[in-house]
Amino acid sequence: MRSVAIEALTSELGNTGNASSLHAAGRAARRTVEEAREQLAAALGARPSEVVLTAGGTEADNLAVKGLFWGRRAQDPSRRRIVVSAVEHHAVLDPAFWMAGCAGAEVVLLPVDGEGRIDLDALAAELDASGPTVALISVMWANNEVGTVQPLDGVVALARRYGVPVHADAVQAIGQVPVDFAASGLDAMTVSGHKVGGPHGTGALLARRALALTPVLHGGGQERGVRSGTLDTPGARSFAVAVDAAVRERPAQAVRLAALRDDLIARVRADVPGSVLRGPDPTTGRSARGTVGPDSSGPGRLPGNAHFTFPGCEGDSLLYLLDSAGVQCSTGSACQAGVPQLSHVLLAMGVDVRDARGALRFSLGRTSTRGDVDELLAVLPGVVERARAAGLASAVR
Amino acid sequence: MRVVAALSGGVDSAVAAARAVDAGHEVVGVHMALSRNRDQLRTGSRGCCSIEDAGDARRAADVLGIPFYVWDLSERFEDTVVADFFAEYAAGRTPNPCVRCNEHIKFEALLDKALALGFDAVCTGHYARIERGVDGSREIHRAADLVKDQSYVLAVIGPDRIARSMFPLGDVASKEDVRAEAAERGLGVSAKPDSYDICFVADGDTHGFLRARFGARPGDIVDAAGRVVGAHDGAYAYTVGQRKGLAIGHPAPDGKPRYVLAVQPVTNRVVVGSAAELAVGAIVADDLGWWCDDVVLPGAGEPGAEHLGWLACSAQVRAHGAAVSARARGLPGGRVRVEIDAAPGADRLRGVAPGQSLVLYGGTRVLGQATVSATERITATTGVRG
Repeated sequence: MRSVAIEALTSELGNTGNASSLHAAGRAARRTVEEAREQLAAALGARPSEVVLTAGGTEADNLAVKGLFWGRRAQDPSRRRIVVSAVEHHAVLDPAFWMAGCAGAEVVLLPVDGEGRIDLDALAAELDASGPTVALISVMWANNEVGTVQPLDGVVALARRYGVPVHADAVQAIGQVPVDFAASGLDAMTVSGHKVGGPHGTGALLARRALALTPVLHGGGQERGVRSGTLDTPGARSFAVAVDAAVRERPAQAVRLAALRDDLIARVRADVPGSVLRGPDPTTGRSARGTVGPDSSGPGRLPGNAHFTFPGCEGDSLLYLLDSAGVQCSTGSACQAGVPQLSHVLLAMGVDVRDARGALRFSLGRTSTRGDVDELLAVLPGVVERARAAGLASAVR
Repeated sequence: MRVVAALSGGVDSAVAAARAVDAGHEVVGVHMALSRNRDQLRTGSRGCCSIEDAGDARRAADVLGIPFYVWDLSERFEDTVVADFFAEYAAGRTPNPCVRCNEHIKFEALLDKALALGFDAVCTGHYARIERGVDGSREIHRAADLVKDQSYVLAVIGPDRIARSMFPLGDVASKEDVRAEAAERGLGVSAKPDSYDICFVADGDTHGFLRARFGARPGDIVDAAGRVVGAHDGAYAYTVGQRKGLAIGHPAPDGKPRYVLAVQPVTNRVVVGSAAELAVGAIVADDLGWWCDDVVLPGAGEPGAEHLGWLACSAQVRAHGAAVSARARGLPGGRVRVEIDAAPGADRLRGVAPGQSLVLYGGTRVLGQATVSATERITATTGVRG
C-alpha cells in the first residue's frame, strides 16, 4: 500500500462513528466518507453522486452485471441478452453466466483478435441483429492479463444507437492510462482500491444517476439504496487517497513504466529463445506509444504490462523457479484447489493450449526499477530452460 | 538436499514433510492435482484429490513454513492410472491403481519433474524403510509398523528411483504416534480419517464407477464344468475370490457357498466354484522387476533352466494381505513362477486374480515385483513339487 493510504486508513481506525448515524461521531464519519467520495469523483471525472462504494472490484462488477440486467429488463422485458467480451475478468464473466443459468439471461461473447482486442464489427453485427434485446454490454477498459486497452469509444458509440447501457471494468486502467468517466460516455465503471496502492476490499461502481440499477445487496439503504451495508469510513478515505495519488502520478509514471517495459520486452526476446510476446506489441506500430500520451483512450497496451508465453514450459514450474530466485510474478489465475488454470484470455486470442500453459505476466508498478528488470533477466533464461526440461519430464508420453 | 514433499492433505505426508524439514533439508510442499474435473471429486475428507485436501495440504505447508505449489498431473494420471484401471477390468483382470500411481505418477511424473527442476529427492508419507544394501544400492524394507506397512505398493519402484526417495515414517511404531506428533506440531490434519478407497472412485463404489463406464453387459455365470448357474450384468463387476453379489438361482450340489474362480471377458462368462477351488498353488507373473543384484533368481532369462534351483522367499499378492512362504524361479521373457509352500500348516493364498501385483520378499526386504498373469490350483501343482 502507498504510505499516504496507510496513513489515511490508520488515522481513521480509532474513529467509531457510523456514517449513517446522526450523532456527532456519525456526522464526522459521514463527512469523511463524503470527502472521500468527492475526491474519488474528482480523480475519475465523475460526479460524487455517481460513486457507489463497494467492498472491492468483484462486488462492483457483480452489481453492474446483475443490477443493469435486472434494471434494464424491468423497463423492457425483451432485453435479456448480456454482451461481454470473451476476455473479461471472471468477476464479469461468471455473474453473466450465472444470470444465464438463474435469471433467464442469454450471454453473447464478443470475440477478440490475436492481440486480445474486441472485434467492433462483431459488436455492430450483434447489435444490428438483436440490439433491442440487449440489456447491457460489459467490456473492460484494459485486460488484466495481456494489457490490451479496448476501443471503448467505439463500443459506446454503437451501444448508444440501441439504448444499451455500457459497463467497463477499469480496475487495471486507473493510474496506467487516462480515465475520465464523464468523457468516456460509459454508463457504469468499476474501480478497485488494491490495484492502486489502496486497501484490499475497497472499490466502487461509478454509475450514472439516471441508470436503472437494481440493488444486489439489500438492507439499510446506504449508497442511494443501491448498495446497503454500513460504510467503511477508513477504507473509503484510504481508497480515495490512493486513487487520487495514482491518478496524479500517472502521466510521469506511465512514461517511465512504458520505457522500462519496452526494455524488458526487448531483453526477454533477445535472451530467451522461443519466447512469444502476447498482446499488442508496444515496440512496433500503432499500439503502444499511444497509451502514454494524452489521447490514449484508443487501442493500445497498459504501460506496466508485459506478457509472454514460453512454449514447452508449465506455469507452475516457471513460478516456482522464479520464486526461488526471488522474483514474484503471476501465471494467471488458479482454481480453488490451486491448480493453474489455462487462461481464457489467451485461448480467446487463439493461443494454442500447450503454449498457453507456459504463460507469465510481468506487472511493473510504481515501485519497479531497472534493477528489478536486471534481476529478472539475470535468471529468466536459465529458469525457462529448466522449466522446459521439467515440462518434458512430466508431459504425457 | 532440496526435497519435494508430496502433500496429499493427510496426516502422514504432513508429518513426513515436517520430519524432512527437521532433518535440515530445503523442503518445498507439492500437492498433486490428479483430476481435471473437480466436480467428480469427492467432497469428503478422504482421498487425495478434493479441494478440501488441497486446502489441508496448503495449511500444513503454512504451519511448516515451506513454499507450496499445486502441480497438475491430472492428464498423466488419466492416461496411466485411470486408463489402466478401465483396461484391466475390461480384460477381466484386477488392477491395483495405487501401485500404478506410485509407478507412473509419484515416482515417475512427480519425481522426474522435481529432478528436472533441480530437486534432489521426493519425500512421501509412505510407511516403508529405505536401507542401503551391501553394494550401496537402495533397498525397500517393510515399515517398523507392520500394520501400516506399504512396501507392497512401493515394490514396483526400482532402486535408482528409491535412491531419490525419502520415507520419513518408515521407523514410526504406529499411526497413533504419527497423529500425536502431528498434534504436537500444530498440524490441523492430526485427527483426519485415513483414506482407504480408490481416490478417483467417488463414494468408494467401484462397481458403480465401472458400470457408468461400461454399461450393462449381461452374460452367464457358469460352474467349472461350464453349466449355466446364473446371470450377471457385466463380468467387469466380478473379481476372483468374490462371494457377494452372485445371483445364483440354484444352490450348489454340496450346499456350500460359491465364489468367483475366474472372469472370462471374451466369452463374457463368470466362473464360480467352491472355496476349496480358490486355493492357489502356483503363480506365473509378468513384467518382473528384480531389484537386487546380490540375490540370484534362478533361471531368470534363461530358457530351459529347470535344472536350476529355486529361491526361497515369501510372496504377497494384496496390499493388506499376509505374505506366504514360497519359492521362486525366473522364466524367459521377464516372467517369474512362484510356488506356494503347500506343507501342512503353511499359510495358503486364496483367490488370486490376474492383474494383482505380486511382491517377493526376503525377510523384510523387497526382492522384486511382477504382475500376476495366471494361477494354478493347488491340486494341479502337486506333481512338480519336490
